[in-house]
Amino acid sequence: MPKIDLKTAGPFIALIAIFIIGILVNDAFLSTGNISNILARSSFIGIVAIGATFVITAGGIDLSVGSMAAFISGCMILLMNALMDSIDSIVVIIFLAVLASIGIGALAGLINGLLTTKAKIEAFIVTLGTMGIYRSLVTYMADGGTLSLSFTIGDVYSEVYYGAFLGLPYPVWVFLAVAIIGYVLLNMTVFGRHCFAVGSNESVARYSAIHVDRVKTATYMLQGVCVSIATIIYVPRLGSASGQTGILWELEAIAAVIIGGTMLKGGYGRIWGTVVGALILTLIGNILNLTDAVSNYLNGAVQGIIVIVAVYLQRGAWRRGA
Amino acid sequence: MMSVVQLRKSFADVEVLHGIDLDIREGEVHAILGENGAGKSTLVKILSGFEPASSGEMKLLSSSAENENEGELLKLENWNNEIAEQSGVVLIHQEFNLAEQLSVSENIFLGNEVRSGLFLNKKLMHDKSKEYFQVLHSDIDPDSKIHDLAVSAKQMVELAKAQAKNARLLILDEPTAVLTQQESKVLFELIERQKQQGVAIVYISHKLDEIEQIADSITVLRDGELIGNYPAHELSKDDMVRLMVGRELTSLFPVIPAPPADAQEALRVGDLGVSGTAGTSSFSLRRGEVLGFSGLVGSGRSALLETLVGLRKPSASSKGQVFLNGNRVKLNHPATSRDLGIAYLTKDRKGSGLLLDKGLSLNFSLFALHKFSKVLLDNRKEEEAFAAAVDTFDIRMKDSSVTAGKLSGGNQQKLLLAKVMEAEPGIIIIDEPTRGIDIGTKSQIYHFIAELVAAGHSIIVISSDITEIIGLSHRVAVMYHGDISGILEGEEIEEEEIMRYATGLKAKVVERGIVGRGVVEREMAEKETT
Repeated sequence: MPKIDLKTAGPFIALIAIFIIGILVNDAFLSTGNISNILARSSFIGIVAIGATFVITAGGIDLSVGSMAAFISGCMILLMNALMDSIDSIVVIIFLAVLASIGIGALAGLINGLLTTKAKIEAFIVTLGTMGIYRSLVTYMADGGTLSLSFTIGDVYSEVYYGAFLGLPYPVWVFLAVAIIGYVLLNMTVFGRHCFAVGSNESVARYSAIHVDRVKTATYMLQGVCVSIATIIYVPRLGSASGQTGILWELEAIAAVIIGGTMLKGGYGRIWGTVVGALILTLIGNILNLTDAVSNYLNGAVQGIIVIVAVYLQRGAWRRGA
Repeated sequence: MMSVVQLRKSFADVEVLHGIDLDIREGEVHAILGENGAGKSTLVKILSGFEPASSGEMKLLSSSAENENEGELLKLENWNNEIAEQSGVVLIHQEFNLAEQLSVSENIFLGNEVRSGLFLNKKLMHDKSKEYFQVLHSDIDPDSKIHDLAVSAKQMVELAKAQAKNARLLILDEPTAVLTQQESKVLFELIERQKQQGVAIVYISHKLDEIEQIADSITVLRDGELIGNYPAHELSKDDMVRLMVGRELTSLFPVIPAPPADAQEALRVGDLGVSGTAGTSSFSLRRGEVLGFSGLVGSGRSALLETLVGLRKPSASSKGQVFLNGNRVKLNHPATSRDLGIAYLTKDRKGSGLLLDKGLSLNFSLFALHKFSKVLLDNRKEEEAFAAAVDTFDIRMKDSSVTAGKLSGGNQQKLLLAKVMEAEPGIIIIDEPTRGIDIGTKSQIYHFIAELVAAGHSIIVISSDITEIIGLSHRVAVMYHGDISGILEGEEIEEEEIMRYATGLKAKVVERGIVGRGVVEREMAEKETT
């Protein structure tokens, strides 16, 4: 059926089109350095967006991811700096910080999940609240300034962001791994199927003996873990955290999900679409950097237009398909 | 009043109505009969302007006061819902079209608000609504919110809305599907009064008793074809079924042999309290038995059984005890019930039963999904099981890639049954097994139930259709105001007697004492053995 193909293929076609524009705009676009830079940068939003794909597929929304990333960055940096005195091995320190990061991410997700399911507050409100809380906590932790990672640790840790395997930076490999695991989880397991059911019609899910609250909470926890993974590869990039870290990540992540063809109303989710959505967003920023035709300051505007057009096209295809 | 010649309708390339002729006269009740999928709903949607016709002619007699040219030929391409309503052709949908958060009078005047100057004239709309309800012999308060109303009251609001639009041709799509017998009676009286005022009524229903009672003429459709237009007095109920189905129906209800005298008790429920009601209920179910739950809409049948399987929380004061095959169990989530072998089939197949925008096999496997998964889902096993279920339950579809929402009501019900049976429950609770389903599929579902019983399953049937309750049940629990007012057996299972219990005229407390004692005895026996 061609119409369904068009719907799934839409984001891929858009990606190719934007890629071709990139080639036309500037010769430097195709350089290895630029391509691997694009891939590495899209990893952060991409990993967060894969978590968001689960939350949105199950009918929820999580606005707190950007603040959560900043908060986790802050916690990691404080923890690593503090452990310097008591532990000699820098690798062990980093390892402990990574564990802590995942724990905090999962816990933050659990809180979002329980507040939406047990306290029965709308996800939009809950995560709007936690978004403010985490943002303010990191600003407080940094005392309004910037938390910096000690240079000795930073030197070792920076390998995680700047190092490469088979020519591709590590963040890209992490992104790929998260995407594959996400794909399998969403499309090939009972949990994934339950996410679709809950997002499609909660009442039907309940009558189908699905633990709706558990499924929803699990999606928020998964989102939290994804944020922490993104943070783990993000911290060594700058080696610092402040109130400005991860600003607007939530919007970019949701935009990547939507561009990829996942529906905000829930019940439909596409992991590969999300990956493509994250790539498209990064590509636009990159191309605007490489050209003088449109000011780089208009990056947000172009992204916004792309999101609106993407949804408009989806709706059109959706109506004809129905 | 309205006549239709050679009306055809195609969706994409598929013709679904093949040349329908129809004459609706002033002041008559014109029934349209047909199995699900015969094209009744499409036809009335065209008549009321919700769907355009593909070809054919439609004539509408103008209300003579405003127009001179009588029997104006309608331009099919211009006929739409708005024009239809202006000309007094009003369709009342099977699923009501009311804004739940608004008040009754706000709904009646929705889109037609009366203003004085810039502001709404609430007083006038309130008074007018009151008038409409007086004409309908109903005492609904125009200020109450729709979501506080019972289903029958919502229907009254729809009828009042039709009055506000000066309906001359009223189309009712299965109006009694959601009503009790008492409420249906009120509706029929109302239809009678409308008739006398010259209003024409097009009436769709699967209930042949009703058609026989109120219809003046009958049009029968089968698979989108016009079978014929008949004066109602010329057709017996058997004729109607024969024309609709195109074959003789042997017997609607199969014979379901009673369980043997020594059949084990499969389920015993003692003093289960439903949240929001004061009462507690007790009943038991034996292996191979069909226990019917009768009662008026709102008497708490679904609430009780939903509480039993863990879909609702029991009342705070409930000391309810549930025994499965003699073992005390706690059913606080439908998944627990499913794992212990109790499944509940919802009556709301569109809202709670099936994911309408999802595929058939995904819907089919959702309730027993653990069966198809080790670590990953086994899609092949799932597809095979689905194919087998399509066969067993005779689910008919254009092709297996359609969404559940595209199936006819009867096939949705069969899919729902297949979905629940995939978990292999020993006890199946079926809430309204055949609501809004054509008679052919109805009979099929009754035969499925008989087969399940023969295979040793125990069944609870909740139904507002008393014939269905009587035709299927070995015993009947009747509910009144949240309580079981009596459990009837043998000769007692008879329409009038059931109604006496359902309306609170009669009540007996049989099971409660027995259950109480039974539970105590069992507990003492358990203590002694340990």
